[in-house]
Order: sequence, then structure tokens, then C-alpha cells
Amino acid sequence: MKALEINQKIDVKEILQDLENYRPKRRGWTWREKSEKQVYGPFEFSDMSTPLKNYIPMPAAQYFGNIDPQPNNTITTEIASGRFEDDIRRMRMAAWHGADHIMVIRTAGQSHFDGLIEGTPQGIGGVAISRKQVRAHRKALDLIEDEVGRPINYHSYVSGVAGPDVAVMLAEEGVNGAHQDPQYNVLYRNINMVRSFVDAAESKKVMSWAQMAQIDGAHNANATAREAWKVMPELMVQHGINSLYSFKVGMPKANIALSTVPPTSSPAPCVKLDLPYAVALRDLFTEYKMRAQMNTKYITSSSREATVTHVMNMMISRMTSADIQSTITPDEGRNVPWHMYNIEACNTAKQTLVGLDGLMDMIELKSDGYLRDKARELKERAVLYLEEIINAGGYFNAVEQGFFVDSGMYPERNGDGIGRKIDGGVGAGSVYERAADYMAPVTAHYGYNNVAQYDPSAVENPSKLIDGCTFEKPEKIVYIDELDENDNVNVRMAESEKYRGPHGDAQFVKPEVQWLGDGVVQVEIMLPVALRTAQYAAIEFAKKMNLKDVEVIHIEQMHLVEGTRVQLKGVLDMDLDLTKLVIPPEPEVMSDDEIREEFDVHPIKIVAGTVGQDEHSVGLREVIDIKHGGIEKYGCDVEYLGTSVPIEKLVDAAIEMNADVILASTIISHDDVHYKNMKRIHEYAVEKGVRDRFIICAGGTQVTAEVARENGMDEGFGRYDRGVNVATFLVKTRREKRNK
Amino acid sequence: MKGFIKREDDFGQRNQHLVGLTDEQLKDRFWELVEQIVDPLLDLANKNTSPAIERSVLLRMGFSSLEAQPLVNGAIDRGLINHGVGHVIYRIAKEKNLDIRTAGLELLEGKHWDDAALIFKGGK
Repeated sequence: MKALEINQKIDVKEILQDLENYRPKRRGWTWREKSEKQVYGPFEFSDMSTPLKNYIPMPAAQYFGNIDPQPNNTITTEIASGRFEDDIRRMRMAAWHGADHIMVIRTAGQSHFDGLIEGTPQGIGGVAISRKQVRAHRKALDLIEDEVGRPINYHSYVSGVAGPDVAVMLAEEGVNGAHQDPQYNVLYRNINMVRSFVDAAESKKVMSWAQMAQIDGAHNANATAREAWKVMPELMVQHGINSLYSFKVGMPKANIALSTVPPTSSPAPCVKLDLPYAVALRDLFTEYKMRAQMNTKYITSSSREATVTHVMNMMISRMTSADIQSTITPDEGRNVPWHMYNIEACNTAKQTLVGLDGLMDMIELKSDGYLRDKARELKERAVLYLEEIINAGGYFNAVEQGFFVDSGMYPERNGDGIGRKIDGGVGAGSVYERAADYMAPVTAHYGYNNVAQYDPSAVENPSKLIDGCTFEKPEKIVYIDELDENDNVNVRMAESEKYRGPHGDAQFVKPEVQWLGDGVVQVEIMLPVALRTAQYAAIEFAKKMNLKDVEVIHIEQMHLVEGTRVQLKGVLDMDLDLTKLVIPPEPEVMSDDEIREEFDVHPIKIVAGTVGQDEHSVGLREVIDIKHGGIEKYGCDVEYLGTSVPIEKLVDAAIEMNADVILASTIISHDDVHYKNMKRIHEYAVEKGVRDRFIICAGGTQVTAEVARENGMDEGFGRYDRGVNVATFLVKTRREKRNK
Repeated sequence: MKGFIKREDDFGQRNQHLVGLTDEQLKDRFWELVEQIVDPLLDLANKNTSPAIERSVLLRMGFSSLEAQPLVNGAIDRGLINHGVGHVIYRIAKEKNLDIRTAGLELLEGKHWDDAALIFKGGK
């Protein structure tokens, strides 16, 4: 398949073509590495990783030459739209914003599906993870990673009753990382515990062969516990069990990551609780990797609050360590993540981690006192927990006795844990003891395997018996395209064809938050009424805006009665024909350096003011003031005369100061007074015999270049023009004059 | 409620035997205990198999998920899963001089199961 063109949409149809013959171009997880390059623009960094070839820097980068340093932490984004074909475009957006770990959430209910799902049925809160879906995503990411110039890790899930089946499929398809933790099956999916652990060993063995990184499931205890900060001793126990189980199956510690979560959130004194926990974990799990998840237990519908929590959590990541920095989207508390919130979360991570570069070169965590005492206490509590598991007769008995997800801070126990029966749950009774002649002629099979009965030389390489399995000979993989003729990607894409076009280049466009053509928009309204009134009033306003399926997604009191802020979503069921859209040509602007150099060599003096009976000053000040990025920053000498300046005074001042330029701001447009002002300035300057001495420009919200020129001005500037537009015009005009 | 233990936080008494340990000793103790917990689980995994494990073997042998499922179920129904479903197919392929895929597909058609039962159980 041909490489992506940065200015062309990714062609999802082409991704889906010829999938039966596609093979992933590599296998295994890739960690970020510290780069030789640590100087970006005027700054020297300490710990940045390899820069990207193509990227979109964070908004403030415009002040620093658009630099985009990449932190040393892998950055995750979680995508959960339910339509994998639409997730492909989001992956590309996220990769450009610095994500190199793409996790596609799987559909609700897949854990209990006893086998692989084939085809591309639509999921709920995630996608059905199938071979076709995984292959299409890996194929797209193979292109996207070339485009951004950094390997992108694709991540999925190896849990449920079909763990080993899924593990094999993911290994075959070049998936780079996965969640795998039998405790997740047992506690949260009520899958039989014996089956879960037996299956997990096989899954982990397969994942090890594929050099996949593994993330455990302990973060779920945090999200499930009644009081999440009390579950800390248990979290360490869960991490320990899954980590050592994985290592003993054969997975290298360097690919085993703990899914750690700062357990609580402000207004709790969260750093006081979360930091000792983070330290305790890193004391115990020195050789393992840390995947820092953000707290989701206490996430609300406020995207602002979620973002602050994320930042505070990353402060802890920087003060301890995080090999993988997860990003939960700030809209997760109100809907499945939308495109733009994935990007927001990636940017929040990048902004914070880059901004905190070198932090620990300047500060250190105290080696005694509260922090260390608390960390020690947590570790002791975890050890006591393990002792009691052993006294209870081991892991299975402990689960039966409700040890896990109890709301007490161990050894306190409240008797409300999640208890499961050894012989209960989904898949109970489905484990079979291997006979003496048990044999499986495949690679990466865990446990007893009597290969020697057929060929002693194949013991280290059982698939030799069948001349190689799919791991050595991927051509043996059987690819299934679709099973359901109504619920598949082709049907869904046909429905949105109008907005996709032949190659992603459609003539029509519609607003979108997650699915092509979904039409969903978000509206923000502040109403000067109490909360409950506002909630219903806002819905009426949204309906009057012609939105359908209106829902309040966030509501927040400004005061009991003075005001309420409401965010809503709704469907704007209309589209736009792009061929009929009038787009004015982009104004040409010069670089800051070029303008500065010009004014340095040819100094310029400007007289400016708001003319007539007009007290508006904001626009002109933005064009002038250095504080707002106005023309002063280029080294111009600007004399600002204020507001309501008479026409004559403005021109006379320019004469008196021997200025080169007159900038007149004229905002009020009632009775076309802005036109009249321009005309009078021009005429007065002519009368005085000085018109040729000055470049005279007018600006204002209702001013257009055409109208200004018609009324005697050299140029006009409207509501979107800034200092740089004015400066560019001045430089060009003076150059022309000099060249005459 | 569920009959699970309720207990006040007795950390202050319960931890007495840990207080004297250095941080390094406490860490070692943590991992020794975890090892005691996971070793029997690994042993269990070593000695047992499951339908999902057997399906995953068949996938690696070149069968689709749609084929693996009924093959494994067929072996369970006939009490053969503990020999390994991949093993059953391998053995039938050898006995009948078929390639692995053909042997599996013929088993799917209902053929050779009696022979398989004879091979794996007959000797007992």
C-alpha cells in the first residue's frame, strides 16, 4: 500500500482492501528512548525522546518556533467509538499529537464470548475485537507510524473465557501490547477462577513469544472499591500476583507493566495519599514497568476537573516514574470518548510531561518523615495481606472468602468484598487434567507437552511436528472476512458514503464527534437561573437551535440562583456542500524575523487612535500592544492617542511627529459612520498636502479591505487581522515605495 | 451479609513481626509470599488444559476459529480433550496419511472419531 500523503485523508476503503493477504510489518512492543537531541528552539531539555517527523505541536508552541519535544514516556490514547473504521482517522490524529500507544476498547460482553469474534459487527462502548478489525488497525498504524516517524504500539485485551484464542490471534496479527490479568476475569467478569488462571498461563506464554507488553488489571480494583484510597494494600497484592505469575510463565519483567492509578482525587488531599502509594509500589516492583493510569474513580462530567486530575496525576508520574502514561479523555465521565477529547488528553499529557522535564534534577523526595513512613506502612499492610491469603489456604480460598475489593483498608475488613466460588462462575468445570500422552504441536504452548513420544528432537520446538505453526508460517492463518451480512463495516460505510467520498475526499461535510456523519455538536450555555431550571431551559434553547436528540452532558452551578453553566450535545442534522463554500484567500504574512529586520534597518513611526465619537480601544490595542503580540514587538515606534480622537487631531499629530503611518480605528458602524471617517481622514490629509507622506490604514470589526480602499485608505483591517497582518502590509508597501 | 470476615483495623498489633525488618527484607518477604501464592497456580496451569487453550492450539495449527470450536467440542464429547485436541488431529493425520488440515476437516465432517477413541483409549 502506498504511503500516506500528509495533506490527504487516509483512505479507509483502501485499508480494508486485500486484508486477507496483509501481514504486519513487525512484532513486539517499542519503548521510547532518550534522544541525542535535547535542544529545541532556545531551550535545552533533559529527557526528551526521539522527535517526530510530522506532528502538530501544542497551541503555545507558536511562541517558541513550533517546537514539539516528545517526553520519554509512552503516551496512550484509548479509543472506544464502537466503529473501528472511524477509529482509524482518530488514530492518525492522535499519533500526530504524540500518542504512540493506541488502545482500542473492546465491546461490552466480549469477555463472555467463548471463542473469537469474526467479522466487523458494531460494538457498544468499544469495538468487537476480531481478526479483520485488528488487521485493519495494524495496517493503518503501519502507515501512520511511517508518517509520524515513530513506532506506534497497538494494544488490545487478552481476557475473558477466550483469552488464549485471542492471545494467539493478536500475536499472529502483530499486536504490540495487551491487558492480561486473570484476576480481572475472576473478580469483575465472574469467570471461573481455575479456568482463568489455567488459561492465563497459555495467554501469557503466547504474548511472551510475540514480545508483547502486558498491562495488568489492578486499576479496576481502584475503580470498583467503595473508597478507592483504602484498596492500596490490595492493589500491591494484585500487582504482585499477576507480575510474578507472568514472569514465571516466561514473560520478561521489562515487558510486564503494572496498571497503577493514583487512588484518589482532589478535594481529597490526593498527593498526600497518592504519592506514598506511588513510592511504595516503586520500592517493591523495582524491575517491572509502570503504566500510570489516571484516576477514573472520581471523574465527573466536568472536563475541566478531569483535566486537572490528569495533570496532578502526572505530577506524581514525574516525581516517581511512568514508562507508559495513560490518558483518560476528559469527557469519559459523560460519554464514550470523542475525537477531540482524545486529542485534548494527549496534549494534556504532552504539555505536562514536557513542562515538568528535569523536575527531579531540581527537587528530591524526602528520605524520611511522613512520605517514607506512609510508604512503609502500605508495604507492611500488603505483606500482612499476603500472609493471610496463605493462611487461608491460598489464592482461590482467599477469593472465596471475600478478601478482594473489600472496602476496608487492610487489615481492616468490612465484609463487603467480591467473593467467587472455586467451582462457580462462567466456564466452571471446563478445566481438564492433561493425560500422560498430552501433546500440542505448536509454538509458545505452556505446560506439560509430551512431544518426545513422537520426536525427541522436537521438544524445544514442538511445531516441528507439523512443519511449523502459524507463528512460523503465517500463510497457514485462516482469514475470515464477514459472518453477518447486515452488521458489518461495508453496510455502515455505505450509509456514510456521502461524507466519505471515493477516497475519503467527500464533497459534503457534517459535524462529527466520533462517527463519520454523526452530526453531533456540543453547545455551551450559561443561564442566569438556578440549576434545575437551567437544565430544562437549556434543552429548550438547544431545540430552538434545531438540534435533535438533545442531552445535557454537564451542568454546574455558578451560584444557587445567579447562574448555571450547561453543556449539551445534540444532532445537527444538516450538511454542507464544500464546492459551494466561499473561502477567502489566506492573507500573506511575513515571519517575525523578517518584519523585525525591516523595521530595524528602516525605522518606522506610527500614530494611532480610535477616531470620531468612539470609545472602543480593545481591537487597536491588540494590534499595537506588545503585550497582545501587536506591532510594537517588531520594534515600531507607536504613538497611541487614545479613543474619540478627532480626525484632524490624528492627522495633525502625524505631521507634527513626522510619522510614517496613521492607523485609525473605527468601530461604530451606525449610519456608515466608519466609511465617513475613513473618507474624511483621506480628504483632510489631501487638504493638508500630506497624503503622500503617510500610509493610512483603517481597522475595525466592520471594516473590510475593499471598503477601506474605496474610501481613500491604503488598506483596511477587519476583525480577524492582528499585528502581524498590519506589519506585513507596512513592510510590503514601504518596500514598493523605496523601489519606485 | 455475605458472611465474610469483618474486622477493625488491627495493623498496629498485626505488624509487630515486620517492624524490625529493613526495607530490603520487607521487599524480599513480599516476593517470597507472592511466590508461595502463585506457585500452586502455575502447577495447576502446567497440568491442565481447557477448551480455550485447545482452540488456541488449533488456531496455531492452521484452523479457523469457526473450525476450532466444533473440533474441540467434538473431542470433549468423546472424552479426548485431555490428550490434546491438536494431538488427536495430528495422530489421525499420521494414521490416515493426511495433511493436518485435511485430517481436521474430515474430523469436522464426523469421520475418524471412532479411530481416535480407539487410539487414545483402546490401549488402556
